[in-house]
Amino acid sequence: MSFLDDPQVRRNVDRLPIEFDDYGFDRFGLSKKSLLRVYSPMAYIYRHYLKVTAFGLENVPPEGRGLIIANHSGGLGADAAMILTSLLLNDEAPRLGQGMAEYFLTRSPFFRPGLRKLGHLTGIPEHGEQLLNDERLLMVFPEGARGAGKLYKDRYKLVRFGTGFMRLALKTGTPIIPTAFIGGEESFPQLFHIKWLAKLVNGPFVPVAPQLIFFPLPVACQVYYGPPMQFEGDGSESDQVIKQYVQEVRQAMERLISTGLDARPRSFMFERMPDPEKEARP
Amino acid sequence: MKILITGISGTLARGVAYRLVRRGHQVIGIDRRPWPDVPEGVEMHQVDIRKRPAEDVFRVSRPDALVHMATVTHFTTDTEERYRINLGGTRKLFEYCHEYGVKQAVFVGRHTVYGATPDSPLYHTEDEPPLAGAAFKELADLVAADLYAGSALWRWPELNTAVLRLCYFLGPSHGGTLAGFLSKKRVPIVLGFDPLYQLMHEWDAEEAITLAVEKQLRGVFNVAGPPPVPLTTVCEATGRRAVAIPGPLYSAVLGRFGFPYLPDDAIAHVKYPIVIDNRAFVEATGFEPRYSAKQTMEGFRWN
Repeated sequence: MSFLDDPQVRRNVDRLPIEFDDYGFDRFGLSKKSLLRVYSPMAYIYRHYLKVTAFGLENVPPEGRGLIIANHSGGLGADAAMILTSLLLNDEAPRLGQGMAEYFLTRSPFFRPGLRKLGHLTGIPEHGEQLLNDERLLMVFPEGARGAGKLYKDRYKLVRFGTGFMRLALKTGTPIIPTAFIGGEESFPQLFHIKWLAKLVNGPFVPVAPQLIFFPLPVACQVYYGPPMQFEGDGSESDQVIKQYVQEVRQAMERLISTGLDARPRSFMFERMPDPEKEARP
Repeated sequence: MKILITGISGTLARGVAYRLVRRGHQVIGIDRRPWPDVPEGVEMHQVDIRKRPAEDVFRVSRPDALVHMATVTHFTTDTEERYRINLGGTRKLFEYCHEYGVKQAVFVGRHTVYGATPDSPLYHTEDEPPLAGAAFKELADLVAADLYAGSALWRWPELNTAVLRLCYFLGPSHGGTLAGFLSKKRVPIVLGFDPLYQLMHEWDAEEAITLAVEKQLRGVFNVAGPPPVPLTTVCEATGRRAVAIPGPLYSAVLGRFGFPYLPDDAIAHVKYPIVIDNRAFVEATGFEPRYSAKQTMEGFRWN
């Protein structure tokens, strides 16, 4: 117990529907201690810096398998971090979202064990299947690195979707929760990419934003969770069928995104977006 | 049942022999190495599996089942000899099995045959190809032996063949690959990496092999016990000190400064995990490990 630990994070980590062993690890190498250590500062950023408001958390299954399918917003991973934090800080039913990490990261020292301890395994289909069969909540950005490297001029335009998540959902019978993240593109407006540097460090892209450092501006962000979508099938469908299903998810996400964009009084909003439901609660 | 165990003087094999004798089976053992205090009920032949006297054991004793544990690793044996023993020996034994009417053959292999790479999945299943040979040449002979043993399934369908891919084990005998890695006070790990290690108690491993013979298993099976734990936890729980060494310097310190020796390619096994899915084996045999990872590791702690 450290004074840096966030009490809400500690409480909710203990309530997660995940089995930990004698040393505080689960069967995929997720570490309770690391969750506490990393999500505590995340919770601070969530509440006070990016001032995130989450809508529709009741759409996230309280336990059992689920696929959070979200848009990439901002190239720093703040989108992923804040979606994950909103899932964990949900006092009704805290969940741990587990991501599929970029190969580039899981080959790098320190990143690899660091990500694993937080539940993020290398982004290969086998891992997705193993996690869902273990009744976990998986977070997938079907746009991939293409979406993360979106420039500011293309903000909130969804790029081409991968179809792997749909086959995974069908094969494992998992509900899909379409999700929109709003505010990331303003908190880290990518003006251009340094291509030669990306090649040098073997990474997907190196973005440059007006703040010049790799840290987001304190723009208020919002997460919208849409109603779960369940598709019929077993994952062996033809590409055409899969693409049609993916299109449905994409449209659901586009609706959530435009709802979110319309709800903001202005794009560079520095104060928290009020949550009418939470305000109404005693 | 009359059961022949090759490599019977080895760590696990002795335990398997004890278990089988205790359950009323007749055990015959073959090994180049002696077993001085061989227990009652075990008929010991100190011969080489590749030589004629070994065939004589098959011819005269006519065993019902073979448990093949006479494989060697790079820790003790050089490359040429390893190929002769692991691949040549395995081939000979399966041919004898066919020739002398053995009904059950159990090949005890290792889970390391799957290989450790950055992009490979956790929880390998049996239908994945063993890829270790590509990146770790000291394991290529064991991969070949594993696949050769598996080929007996279609080559001689009347012979019930089981290929076991056994995860690391730790136990009071201090034998086995992982025990070798943990043999010194300081254990070299690679800076910035901390892979999951899957280990089981030696006695559970013996029990699993015994079950495979008794249940007349057929097919390829991963054998593992409790869920895996990170390498640093293994070091801590066994009372060792994990010393993080930067990757480029890793092979230079092995065998020096009180660190154990490992071949150069072994570094991948200290950076990336090899974790196996044992569901098929559990389903086929009802195997249940008696010792948790914590009990196994703390039992291995030295004073």
